[in-house]
Amino acid sequence: MSAATAATAVQNRERTALEVTGLGRRYGRRWVLRDATFRLPAGRVCGLVGPNGAGKTTMLEIIAGLRGATAGEARVFGELAGGTPARRRVSFLPQEKPLFPRFTVAETLRAGRELNPGWDQDLAEDFVRAGSIDLDARVGRLSGGQRTRVALAVALGKRPDLVLLDEPLADLDPLVRRQTVAALLGEVAERGITVLLSSHLVAELDTLCDYLLLVAGGGLRLAGDVDEIISVHRRLSAPTDRVPTGPGGLPTGLEGHTVVETHRDRHHTTALIRPGGPVGEVWESIAPTLEEVVLAYLEQSDSAPLISPDSHVPGAGREVVK
Amino acid sequence: MRYYIERRRGVAAYQQIVEQTKRAVRAGVLKPGDRLPTAREVAETCAVNPNTTLKAYRELDRDGVVELRQGVGTFIAAPAADRGHEPAAQSPLYAELAQWIGRALAAGLVEEDVRDMVELALHADRTVRRAGERDGGRA
Repeated sequence: MSAATAATAVQNRERTALEVTGLGRRYGRRWVLRDATFRLPAGRVCGLVGPNGAGKTTMLEIIAGLRGATAGEARVFGELAGGTPARRRVSFLPQEKPLFPRFTVAETLRAGRELNPGWDQDLAEDFVRAGSIDLDARVGRLSGGQRTRVALAVALGKRPDLVLLDEPLADLDPLVRRQTVAALLGEVAERGITVLLSSHLVAELDTLCDYLLLVAGGGLRLAGDVDEIISVHRRLSAPTDRVPTGPGGLPTGLEGHTVVETHRDRHHTTALIRPGGPVGEVWESIAPTLEEVVLAYLEQSDSAPLISPDSHVPGAGREVVK
Repeated sequence: MRYYIERRRGVAAYQQIVEQTKRAVRAGVLKPGDRLPTAREVAETCAVNPNTTLKAYRELDRDGVVELRQGVGTFIAAPAADRGHEPAAQSPLYAELAQWIGRALAAGLVEEDVRDMVELALHADRTVRRAGERDGGRA
């Protein structure tokens, strides 16, 4: 990494890439996304998770400037999403990769160059070649993994500051997925770009992403640094007969904690909590995995949202932890 | 240096990089002045998020294990004066242990027995220490 790109990378990391305030979108009478408010610091790789229909694609499309918001706004590096200054800094890769099967790889990159003033031909070509893809091959004859790499090369060749990827890894086998992730993260390291990607592969997010947004039940349930999100939760378990249901309907000993989810059967009771103090000795308490936290919030989509301090938008009136 | 990051409960990816680097230094695989891979190299070879690698390097820097030289790279730091930081293979304690293992194997023990014995001795030592702390607290 040259001194100049390192300096740019540092500057990017200190800024806010994305600020979303009260964002909502209605289709007819149905709200798919409601009152989403968060901030994404620049230089992060952020996973966007949630059930189908929770508004992930809609959110990405609004930020990319391809769709208007019904309520609220999104700002990309301070510029209103949809305007020309914001669009210049954003690259969006939809789930249906926008490639022409009859074009060769070289023609695809040439089209990218002609459509984008800030195009970086070397970057795009190197990215394709690193995947051992022949520039003269027709896109229609490439494998799924190769097509993803070409589409990513086009997205990155625009030299965006923020890359939006909608389920980029969904149709790739594990090896190609790893290669694709490695190539993408290499670019993140080199240029300090910010990535926001939606994914169903919850288990793989903890090595790919350092930031997480979770949308469910129409709203934002989790936003923040991955290590921080994990560290404020505990996974508890206890023999059911030692933690009878208390007056509030919760197992005894969980008063004073924020309970995200509980599960009870004849023998065992488990809970995922945000501790409000020391946990009683009857409970065995361990650190949860990111997957366990995500699944608990998905299952209990009415649990109290957690918006960490650095993803909090000042004055937005949401709960802040710490 | 190649890192192997696994999904492990309670051990964040950056902590695994910290642990693996420290282990490599203790084993003498990494020596003072050796350059650690850049965040980009780790990303491209191990598919690890560069922010994770940088977080690990900052922690190693705080612990005095590496030196972050702005714009140049991350290097293994010169060892601290105390013996705890000496590469294991050069320590006199290592020489004694190697001799002892030689005797144990010559006496017909297998590797497993040796490991069990080390574990047992460590456990006994911990128990004695804990008892000592309790008595000290009472006095």
